[in-house]
Amino acid sequence: MTDHAYNFAYLDEQTKRMIRRAILKGLAIPGYQVPFASREMPMPYGWGTGGVQVSAAILTPEDRFKVIDQGADDTTNAVSIRSFFERTAGVATTTRTKEATVIQTRHRIPEDPLSEGQILVYQVPIPEPLRFLEPRETETRKMHALQEYGLMHVKLYEDIARHGHIATAYAYPVKVEGRYVMDPSPIPKFDNPKMSGCPAIQLFGAGREQRIYALPPYTRVVSLDFEDHPFEASKADHACGLCDATDSYLDEVIVDDTGTRVFVCSDTDYCEGRQAQGFRGKDTA
Amino acid sequence: MYVAVKGGERAIENAHAWLAEERRGDPGIAALTLEQIREQLSLAVNRVMAEGSLYDPDLAALAIKQARGDLIEAIFLIRAYRTTLPRFGGSVPVDTARMNCMRRISATFKDLPGGQVLGPTFDYTHRLLDFKLAADGQAPKAPTREAAPSHVPHVTEFLNREGLIEEAPADDTPPPDLTRAPLELPASRALRLQALARADEGFTLGMAYSTQRGYARNHAFVGELRIGTVPVEMDIPELGFSIEIGEIEVTECETVNQFKGSKTEPPQFTRGYGLVFGQTERKAISMALVDRALRWEELGEDNQGAPAQDAEFVLYHGDNIQATGFLEHIKLPHYVDFQSELELVRKLRREAGADTAGDVAE
Repeated sequence: MTDHAYNFAYLDEQTKRMIRRAILKGLAIPGYQVPFASREMPMPYGWGTGGVQVSAAILTPEDRFKVIDQGADDTTNAVSIRSFFERTAGVATTTRTKEATVIQTRHRIPEDPLSEGQILVYQVPIPEPLRFLEPRETETRKMHALQEYGLMHVKLYEDIARHGHIATAYAYPVKVEGRYVMDPSPIPKFDNPKMSGCPAIQLFGAGREQRIYALPPYTRVVSLDFEDHPFEASKADHACGLCDATDSYLDEVIVDDTGTRVFVCSDTDYCEGRQAQGFRGKDTA
Repeated sequence: MYVAVKGGERAIENAHAWLAEERRGDPGIAALTLEQIREQLSLAVNRVMAEGSLYDPDLAALAIKQARGDLIEAIFLIRAYRTTLPRFGGSVPVDTARMNCMRRISATFKDLPGGQVLGPTFDYTHRLLDFKLAADGQAPKAPTREAAPSHVPHVTEFLNREGLIEEAPADDTPPPDLTRAPLELPASRALRLQALARADEGFTLGMAYSTQRGYARNHAFVGELRIGTVPVEMDIPELGFSIEIGEIEVTECETVNQFKGSKTEPPQFTRGYGLVFGQTERKAISMALVDRALRWEELGEDNQGAPAQDAEFVLYHGDNIQATGFLEHIKLPHYVDFQSELELVRKLRREAGADTAGDVAE
């Protein structure tokens, strides 16, 4: 049921228009961080206010909305955001990736391939991929303008020199259409390849940092690497304990006092779909 | 056998119910009314209005009650409400020289037109717990006298006549609106002051204190601190003139800062400025010191690399709603990121020959 005290999807139409402009600009310049006048939302900064504002600006009454956090539809914050839009927009919701028209996500890209007509909205904490190399926004904006990404390559090189590997496991930086280095949000690097050539629109919202950026469909997205140290999408070397999938990202769960672990799909919809098809892992008795 | 955890929705509902019960406390004890909070916790109400950027004592009292006395949470409630309100327009700048002062002190002149008025201050109280207050809470009647003249000139005006203090010419440029446009740097002084006016009191205090201890010391005197009510006027296009629409209480602090001159400016006193809703003098003084520190560039001073001189540092970190949200978000699930880190650390340890336990138990 919609709460009629607020406009459709909470934000007023002027604010939505301002956000849509930022989204369109972002789509026109893939990977470029567009400043926008982020509003104070009724949930805290850091809880997905950027993603929520992007979703609020693009949702239509006909949409079917899915929210995941850590790949799962029933994590507390995903539940909270889904019920926010059920209440303020009255849109239909789903947990099925294939049935959703808009998917808001924190930290994962669904395992099922996305298709044309779908929109994936990422919640972004720190949109600036260079932030931990250079804390000043005034500097990093210049570095992007001049395509001065040497610092990032030096950082990756130093990782290899010190550890033998690039020691970044999530929020692994990418280059978009050979131009902007972009933060993919804190998704595991396992998910990075799914961003490239994706038929769906990918939108990124950072509320506290007041930035929106975007990837139009079929954009080329390359994870940064070196010829002799190519990028590698990694995951736990196990099969899902529930659905036996070997191609999905796994969460490690501690199940008893002696520290016994099971590995299960982080994408709950994918896992349930496979179980419904009759796949069984070794941890289902 | 393993069954995936479910039930986030019910957990949230139950948590909210428990929270409401804890908020109320022992039901055998009378509930606080908003009037009691507004009247008897007025400095908390003032802080919530100032940092919430919304002048409404009743709503601030409600927010404090709802937030169980957590003022940052109360400020957040006010901010989230404020952002949904329609904008009818901007007021005419308030004229603080017309302030109906209940407190007005100057640390730079022993006496001056308008006089020194201590007003309701903690300044000279001995901080001894008042056990009588625990027993009854009745207040003695304060003596009264004729009200001071309504026009109390600013101290800096007197210095200005001698040319001893930098000019602060009137500027009709509409100030930018931090709540309607993204913060972009370099920020004008108007924008910096706006950010400081709603910045966290503790953060602003810490920044100001650091300047006093030598991190970009700017030798501040409280030229004047005044607290009182000022009329708010608004231009009504249909009428062609401005009319008074209400009255607000504000605290204004003007510091007079020693300045030996620089390559571009002659020796003269310089200014720092603070203006905050309600009786909030710690915040207003802090704001004035930080404002002055941030002006190093326009005064041709050296950048000492002090935090309080760094506009980007101060403006990006002073907002307690942004700060608390991002800080506390690390409570949210990070299983996926942690998992990827786990695998990376295991891999690095394996290669370093440190992992003698072999693969993880299953």
